Amino acid sequence: MSADVADRLVGFVAALRAHGVRVGTGETVDAAEAATALGFADRGLLREGLAATLLHSTDQRRVFDTVFDLYFPRGVGAPQGEPGDRDDLRDRLAAALAADDEAMLSRLAIEAVDGLGGYGSSPGADGWSSYQTLERLRPQTLLARVRDELRARGGDIGFADRLLEDEIRRRIEAFRALVAGEARRRVAERQGRDEIARRAVAPTADRVDFLYAGQDRLAELRRTVQPLARKLATRMAARRRRASRGTIDLRRTLRGSLSTGGVPMRPVLRRRRPVRPELVLLCDVSGSVSGFSDFTMLLVQALHDQFSKVRVFAFVNRIDEVTGLLRHGAADPEGLGARVQAEARLTGHHGSSDYGVALGEFVQRYGGAVGPRSTVFVLGDARTNMSDPNLAALRQIAEQARHTHWLNPEPRPQWGTGDSAAPEYAELVAMHECRNAHQLGALVGRLLPV
Amino acid sequence: MFTSVDDVSARLAETGYLASPAVATTVFLADRLGKPLLVEGPAGVGKTELAKAVAEVAGARLVRLQCYEGVDESRALYEWNHAKQLLRISAGRDETWDETRTDIFSEEFLLPRPLLTAIRGDEPTVLLIDETDKADVEVEGLLLEVLSDFQITVPELGTVSATRRPFVVLTSNASRELSEALRRRCLFLHIGFPEEELERRIVRLKVPGIDGALADSVVRVVGALRAMDLRKAPSVAETIDWARTLLALGATTLDEAVVRASLGVILKHQDDILKAGAKLDLDAV
Repeated sequence: MSADVADRLVGFVAALRAHGVRVGTGETVDAAEAATALGFADRGLLREGLAATLLHSTDQRRVFDTVFDLYFPRGVGAPQGEPGDRDDLRDRLAAALAADDEAMLSRLAIEAVDGLGGYGSSPGADGWSSYQTLERLRPQTLLARVRDELRARGGDIGFADRLLEDEIRRRIEAFRALVAGEARRRVAERQGRDEIARRAVAPTADRVDFLYAGQDRLAELRRTVQPLARKLATRMAARRRRASRGTIDLRRTLRGSLSTGGVPMRPVLRRRRPVRPELVLLCDVSGSVSGFSDFTMLLVQALHDQFSKVRVFAFVNRIDEVTGLLRHGAADPEGLGARVQAEARLTGHHGSSDYGVALGEFVQRYGGAVGPRSTVFVLGDARTNMSDPNLAALRQIAEQARHTHWLNPEPRPQWGTGDSAAPEYAELVAMHECRNAHQLGALVGRLLPV
Repeated sequence: MFTSVDDVSARLAETGYLASPAVATTVFLADRLGKPLLVEGPAGVGKTELAKAVAEVAGARLVRLQCYEGVDESRALYEWNHAKQLLRISAGRDETWDETRTDIFSEEFLLPRPLLTAIRGDEPTVLLIDETDKADVEVEGLLLEVLSDFQITVPELGTVSATRRPFVVLTSNASRELSEALRRRCLFLHIGFPEEELERRIVRLKVPGIDGALADSVVRVVGALRAMDLRKAPSVAETIDWARTLLALGATTLDEAVVRASLGVILKHQDDILKAGAKLDLDAV
C-alpha cells in the first residue's frame, strides 16, 4: 500500500475517532488489508469494506458515511462542462425524480452545487452552500409536477398510487442529502478536509446536544432510546445479580463452624434485605428544555419494569403528576410532550418556568411520594426567571429521599450565569451535566439504584 | 474460497440468496482476512440464511450453535461422556487405577459440542453462532478464545487448535449489547431492509409465479409501511409471506379490501395495524 493511501486512511480513522467512533490500531490494519483486497476502483465496495472493518455498531454509520465522502470523494474539482441554468436543472431533476434514477440524481446534485451554490468572490471568504443551492433550486416544489407526470404516464392507478407522494418526498429528501454532501466536498477541497471533517460532520445521535437538537434529530434521538434502555437494563441486571450475592456474614460463618471444630468450612453469605427501588422524576417541560425531559421520560418509560414504582411529575411553574401518560407500551412517543402539555396543569398565571413555586407545590401536594426508598431525579436547567429558588423545598425533598440527583442539560460553565440558580441547588443535591444521550446513558447507568 | 466480490454475489445467487453489495463485500472480506463475521439486523432479513448460503456455496459442513439463556460450556464446547467412562471403569477389573484414570480422559470419551466440532474438523466448515445476544455474558468469554485464536483448551487433553479455520458467522438481534471485546474480533455487518430493486428480485425469486406488477406493488406498500415508524416494521420474510398469501388468495392487483384482509400477515401488533390502516386510508371506504 502506498504511503499516500496509508496517510489518507490514518487521517480518515483519526477523523472518525474525533467523532466518538472508537477504532483501535488493529482495526486500522484490518481496514488497510481490506482496502488492498478490494482495490480502489469501486468506491461503493471500498466504503462497505472499510465500514465492515472499522465500525462495531449501526448508529456509527451516519458519521462514517459523511466522513468517508470527505476522505474518499467521488471526484475532484468542478464538474465538466458549462453549469446548466436553474430551469434546465429543475427540468432534469423532475425527470430523474420521476424515474428514480439514482445515478442521475447524484450527478445533478454535483451540477446544482456548482451552478447555484457558489458564493463570495474573494479567495478567502468564498465557498459553496447547500442551503443556497436548495433555496434556489427548491426541489420540494417539484412534488406536484413529478406526481402528475407519473400519473399521466398511466398504468399506475391502482392501490399503490396512494403511496406515490410519500415516495417522491423520500426521493427529494435523498436528493437534498446528496446536495449537502457535495457542498461539503467542495468546501473541503478548498479549506482542507481535516478541518471540515472536524467541523461540518453531524455528530452521532447520542452526542447531539438536547438543547440544540432540531426536530429531525430529536426523532432520531428517540430511536436511540430503545437500544439505550436495553443496554442499561442488561447492566442493571448484572449489577443486581452481583449485589444479591452479597458479602460474607462473619458471625454466622463462625457459628456454623462449631461443628467442624472452629474451621470455617462453609462461608455463610449475608442475605440482603430485598429493597424495592422507587423512582421519582421531576421534569421541567418548559419550552427551553422540553427535548431533554421528553427524552428522559421516554428512557424511564422504557426502563419501567426495572423498578417497583415510578412516579413522574412534570412542571413549568405548577406541578402535576403525569405517570399515567407514561404507562408502559403507550403508543406514540412523538406526541408525548404535547400530551403532557395538554393533559396536565403545568402553568399558572404565566408560561415561564419557576422552580421555586413548582418545588414548593410538590412538597405540599405530593410530599408523600418521596420516602426513604426513593431515588429522586430532578431534570431541568435550573433557570428560575429571577424568582425565588425556594431552596428549603429542595432541601426537604433531599432529606426525605434516599438519593437525590439533578440532571442539568446546560454545559457546566453556564451554570450560574444569568437567571440560573444551578450553583445554589448544586450545594444541596448532586448536580450533573447531562447534555446528550451518551452522557444521559452513562449517568443513569451509574446513578440508578440497584 | 472466493476470487472477488462479484464472485461472491454470483455464487450466493446460485443458491437462491440475493446479496446486497454490502453483504457480498463483507463475506468476501471475512473469507480473505480470516475473521469472524458478526451480522446484526432486525429479525427476518436473512442473517441465518446467509450462513447457510455460504456453507452451500463453499461445499462446507454447517455447524450450528444456537444460543439461548443458560447455554454453557458443556453445551457449547465439549462434555465428558460419563456413562461411557463408568462402563469403562467397571469393565476393566484387573488393571491398576493409574491405567484406568489416564484412559478415561481420552478422545474416546469426549463428546464434542459445536465449537469443538468446528475447530477440530479437517473439512471446510461454516460455524454459525446463532442469536449470540441471547446467551449470557459468560459465554462471550468462551467465544473470545475460539474467535481470536481458533483454539480451545480442554484441561485433560491440552489445547486443540484448528488445522483449518472455519468460516464463522455470528448473528445478533441486538436484544442485549454484545461486549466490545467480542465486537473487536469480528467484521461487522448490518443487514437492514433491502433496497426496493433488490427486494423485488427477492420476491420474484422466492415466490415464483407472482405477477410482476403485483410484486412491484407489494414491495412498494411494504416500503411505505417501513417508513411509518411502527413497533415492528415488516421485514423481508414478511414481504415474502405476504406475496405468497396474495398469490394463494388469487389476487392479481392490490386493492383496499385485499390489503385490509391480509394486513395481519405483515404486521404483528394491533396498534400497528390500526396505524397503518389509517395512513393508507383503508377506512375511507
